[in-house]
Amino acid sequence: MSTTLLPDHETTQVLDRTVVTRPSLRDTLDQSLAMAWRALKKMRRNPEQWFDVTLQPLLFTAMFAYIFGGAISGSVQEYLPIVITGILAQTALTASMATGIQLREDMDKGVFDRFKSLPIARIAPLVGPAIADLARYATAATLTILTGLLMGYRPGGGVPGVLAGWLLTIIAGWSLAWIFTYLGTRARSAQAVQGISMMIMFPLTFLSNAFVPADTLPGWLEAFVKVNPVSLVISAVRDLMNDGMVTANVGWALLGCAVIVAVFLPLSVRSYSRKM
Amino acid sequence: MTPVPDTDLAVAASGLVKTFDDFRAVDGIDLEVRRGEVFGVLGPNGAGKTTTLKMLATLLPMDGGEASIFGVDVRRHPHMIRQLVGVTGQYASVDENLTGSENLWLFGRLQGLSSARAKVIAKDLLERFGLAEARDKQIKTFSGGMRRRLDLAASLISQPPLIFLDEPTTGLDPRTRGQMWETIRELIRDGSTVLLTTQYLDEADQLADRIAVIDRGIKVAEGTPDELKTSVGSSTLQLRMSDPDETVGAADVVRRVLGEAPVLTPEAGGMNAALTDANQAADVLIALRQSGLSIASATVQKPTLDEVFMAITGHSAEDETHEPQMEASR
Ligand SMILES: Nc1ncnc2c1ncn2[C@@H]1O[C@H](COP(=O)(O)OP(=O)(O)OP(=O)(O)O)[C@@H](O)[C@H]1O
Ligand SMILES: [Mg+2]
Repeated sequence: MSTTLLPDHETTQVLDRTVVTRPSLRDTLDQSLAMAWRALKKMRRNPEQWFDVTLQPLLFTAMFAYIFGGAISGSVQEYLPIVITGILAQTALTASMATGIQLREDMDKGVFDRFKSLPIARIAPLVGPAIADLARYATAATLTILTGLLMGYRPGGGVPGVLAGWLLTIIAGWSLAWIFTYLGTRARSAQAVQGISMMIMFPLTFLSNAFVPADTLPGWLEAFVKVNPVSLVISAVRDLMNDGMVTANVGWALLGCAVIVAVFLPLSVRSYSRKM
Repeated sequence: MTPVPDTDLAVAASGLVKTFDDFRAVDGIDLEVRRGEVFGVLGPNGAGKTTTLKMLATLLPMDGGEASIFGVDVRRHPHMIRQLVGVTGQYASVDENLTGSENLWLFGRLQGLSSARAKVIAKDLLERFGLAEARDKQIKTFSGGMRRRLDLAASLISQPPLIFLDEPTTGLDPRTRGQMWETIRELIRDGSTVLLTTQYLDEADQLADRIAVIDRGIKVAEGTPDELKTSVGSSTLQLRMSDPDETVGAADVVRRVLGEAPVLTPEAGGMNAALTDANQAADVLIALRQSGLSIASATVQKPTLDEVFMAITGHSAEDETHEPQMEASR
């Protein structure tokens, strides 16, 4: 049962109809967009799906800034450039985690039986929600930045820097989501995805430079923090937003994202198609 | 690809096997469904009906055997099979969060229809299935019967030449059930080939041209409804006396004529007597008249499929005592 993306597709005649041996690239795209449409409809009708990308950025930004600000940077004001970028990455990560959990939940529903029985590319039911979730990552990033600005954050990168950081956050969220999508296709239940995802998410966010500068940590921890892909993204976002500079960090972050997608997207499609 | 050879068979499957752990849910089933016919797979709970259908629909991998649909190999060309078969599963597979028309539109788009065309087809199907007024309601608010009809509508969007219906009327009230039968008969009139499963004997009798009876993953009988009934042999005389007090006397007369006592039925004055030859009915009726006993009704019936099932498998179809061993351990 090999899958999808191959652009060549042969046709053959069965009874009076022409059938294709596999979906074309064009079909795959159309089907993915149709699935994205479905996911967006679902989001609009279940407002609770927005809690993690609306309330959480607001609460966490305020909470972390006032609690840690004095201790880590001397003042809330000076801590803002660190904490805002840290929370950007954190919310992108939690939002992408929700992508995996919701996919798992969705897959247990009857309608997925129909998706499986339809002649659609096996990648479409996975890519569709991923496309729709861009809206969630964008919301989370926008709200975090706005909260920061309200609290007095004045990013040195100016409007272009902030826009670039915003965009990178969304790209990172989308890429990381493939890890959780893969988990979603493998795990037995949505709860299992949630549990495993938490175990992945906590070390990734807290053992990063999200909230504290890496050089304050013991050596062994610093080593992990430095290779943590979330740290890469955060450093890159900081360079863009706070300094307005496109540094090597940005390149590393994008490369990290690309690697994650290149590994986990095919794994997800394979594991999903094998489920039948 | 080389063209698929023309075949008269819509489904040709041999030796289908599906094992879950070491439990053989489907244990070597052969099926041949001819083009244009309605083929019924009849069996009790846990017989393996859904599992068989799912393998044929590429929803479950086959653990053994061969299957082709209109000559296309199921294992090798799942994507082609999905273009030929419309599946209505045992449990409604529509999206709860979408409305009736959104569901059909989505499934149409997924199958390559333009947005406008998908809208037209969705509207037509909703009207045809009596769902027009529920067009803009989310499925969450649908009744069970509406869901099933929408589900069936959803499998017809691409007008597939073969339609799978897995227990299309389970859980429906008698009126809705009758409507569903009428809908299925319409499909048949339109020339579709239908493979349906059911645990209701009368449903198979009503709808199917040919029936395979399966039990615990094995096919135990196959034939037309009439052949299956005849294979059991006798017919039954059903009597009801006008005066329930005369039941005992009447039963006595029947026993004298037939040499075997009739079975009393729950309704007042009712009894069933087994006949080896339908002409014996006349003897019984004459004897009753001569004894001055008056009957309210008398019918001679071929055996029901339930009796057929009893005769073939040694247990009743409604008898659920052999509930799947797996369910307990899951
Ligand atoms: N995914 C599964 N894992 C383990 N056992 C299964 C699975 N699916 C089905 N079974 C078992 O296989 C057997 C056949 O199931 P199947 O659903 O095909 O029966 P059925 O004839 O459709 O019954 P029903 O009338 O209840 O729908 C049952 O004993 C069932 O418990
Ligand atoms: Mg079933």
